[in-house]
Amino acid sequence: MVENRPWLTVFSHFVLILGIGVVALPLWVTVVASTHAGEDLLTSPIPMWFGDNMVDNYRQMLGSGMQHVSGQPLTLMMFNSLVMALSIAIGKIAISLIAAFAICYFQFPLRMTCFWMIFITLMLPVEVRILPTYEVIANVFTPLTKLLNLLGMEGTEIVLPGITIDLDLSMLDSYAGLTLPLIASATATFLFRQFFLTVPDELTEAARIDGAGPLKFFRDILLPLSRTNIAALFVILFIYGWNQYLWPLLVTTDPAYVTIVMGIQSMVNVADIEPQWNLVMTAATLAMLPPVAIVIGMQRLFVKGLVETEK
Amino acid sequence: MAELQISAVEKVYPNGFKAIHGIDLEVADGEFIVLVGPSGCGKSTLLRMIAGLETVTGGTIRIGDRIVNELEPADRDIAMVFQNYALYPHMSVYQNMAYGLRNRGFPKDQIEQRVQKAAGILQLDGLLDRRPRQLSGGQRQRVAMGRAIVREPSAFLFDEPLSNLDAKLRVQMRVEIKQLQRRLGTTSVYVTHDQIEAMTMADRLVVMNAGVAEQIGTPIELYDRPSSVFVGGFIGSPAMNFLAGQVDTDGRHLLLGNGARLALPADGAPAEPNRLVTIGVRPEHLAPAEDGPLRFEVELVEHLGADTLLYGEASAATGGGNGDKGGLVTVRLSGHHALAMGTVLGLTAEPAQLHLFDAATGRRL
Repeated sequence: MVENRPWLTVFSHFVLILGIGVVALPLWVTVVASTHAGEDLLTSPIPMWFGDNMVDNYRQMLGSGMQHVSGQPLTLMMFNSLVMALSIAIGKIAISLIAAFAICYFQFPLRMTCFWMIFITLMLPVEVRILPTYEVIANVFTPLTKLLNLLGMEGTEIVLPGITIDLDLSMLDSYAGLTLPLIASATATFLFRQFFLTVPDELTEAARIDGAGPLKFFRDILLPLSRTNIAALFVILFIYGWNQYLWPLLVTTDPAYVTIVMGIQSMVNVADIEPQWNLVMTAATLAMLPPVAIVIGMQRLFVKGLVETEK
Repeated sequence: MAELQISAVEKVYPNGFKAIHGIDLEVADGEFIVLVGPSGCGKSTLLRMIAGLETVTGGTIRIGDRIVNELEPADRDIAMVFQNYALYPHMSVYQNMAYGLRNRGFPKDQIEQRVQKAAGILQLDGLLDRRPRQLSGGQRQRVAMGRAIVREPSAFLFDEPLSNLDAKLRVQMRVEIKQLQRRLGTTSVYVTHDQIEAMTMADRLVVMNAGVAEQIGTPIELYDRPSSVFVGGFIGSPAMNFLAGQVDTDGRHLLLGNGARLALPADGAPAEPNRLVTIGVRPEHLAPAEDGPLRFEVELVEHLGADTLLYGEASAATGGGNGDKGGLVTVRLSGHHALAMGTVLGLTAEPAQLHLFDAATGRRL
């Protein structure tokens, strides 16, 4: 801008500073609160500068956790969240890449039907289909037994000469149950499909003439070209997985599978006693770190993936 | 090195569209064949069928002594250069050239040796570590060439490789490709819609129109004796002039629709009297003459330096006929000519330089 209007400059800076304040103040209070003893936060005014209880708070939360809530240390919760977020992000990307590759580069019967079936699931996020999904996770064979019942067979077993197969496999309270239902993703498949459509046909043909079969083409050409898209998607999906709340709450009852988002929630909802805000804030601060690290670490690729058309 | 034999090749798309109507072509070992024609004439389709990127729905394609109809592109021992180069953007120049060899399991030292040799031929020595996007258009084109020559294939296939370059570079690369092909002696098939490129590069030309090979021959054969109105109009720039007419009752003259009478070669017309014909005459074969049978009114003058192009209407010098204007005619005069718009000239044409085509079929008579 070459315009010189001092008051406009002052005003826009004021708005910007206000914006930063709105975003940053809660973060500041969170971090500061995590360094105080519990009693300091129950008196007014709440402290705005660091206290001297930081080491104790973090040691307690990482080591033993809050005794009267779940008694699980934050290290375990963060590990669970990490497993969940990574599985979701990597699983989604892997499956979507392969699905998009199949849809874009192969002629097979019902190809477009497959694509539209995947696409339609965009309208059915986990929250919408949460009950049927829960039922399937509670027993993976539910659809099969329902089908067998329809065909007039009773019971939940398949009896073959010599062996009996019990149709009962529960994924409740397991990492598989936590992640598998969230891995199926139309968004990522669609995104990769759109990207593959922009890859010039000549590149595919050149690779064919160069003697690269489909899998070699996928590995040597398509994957490296999708690098920035994969990175951008990874960041988004990692945060999506890390922030999951409703689904983990539903499928896990064993404290060993508590994720950090569930953990924080249960720390606040305590009966009969005051929540220990200093420890809650410690947990919140720790919970923020991995997503922040991922964003900072992959920032360059992430931005490239969203804006660049490197062809 | 190998000859290439195309017999009765047809292409019908699944939707019933017939893109190629049975083409026969024999390419000798080391020959440079150019397929030329307007967009949609099937020239690229034919090339892609040779490459194996399109299925062949009829006839056979033979490279060397193998029928390749059912072979994968990689097994046909051909290399192709694409219009947009189709370089792998994430690989260095070296990797781009080496990729095909690596997939074929060549040993490392042999790959290195072949790539270095190709880089030397194409003056890419200092650029082997660069990515394609760091190269200019001409350099990318050379890398695409390099990727083809490291394979030392039986045949090169070029799909409009120069269309993405600017005019000056195009002329330069045209010469380079031709020289390279001479030096390597590799059988080549080259597709272009640019007739200058076609004329200058080809040993033999195939002029294609609507899925049919209209004429196959050396550039000079096609220029001197076009087999149809289409070939006559396509080869040569500016394009051949066409006038509607009729063989006169004496069989020695042509009667144009505008009433003008043109003499035919002394050995007689290849057509009986009263036959309706299309007369083709090239702009460079029309000459000003005081008493010429055509009256030409200059409407536009283009000075090209070496030549002067005149555009205008031609009509009969003597009046008579049905009074029609003869239609637009282009005249090419060598050297400079200061002619104002509206100048009226008499025009004549050597009888031997007239091309006669059947008015209905467009075939040469």
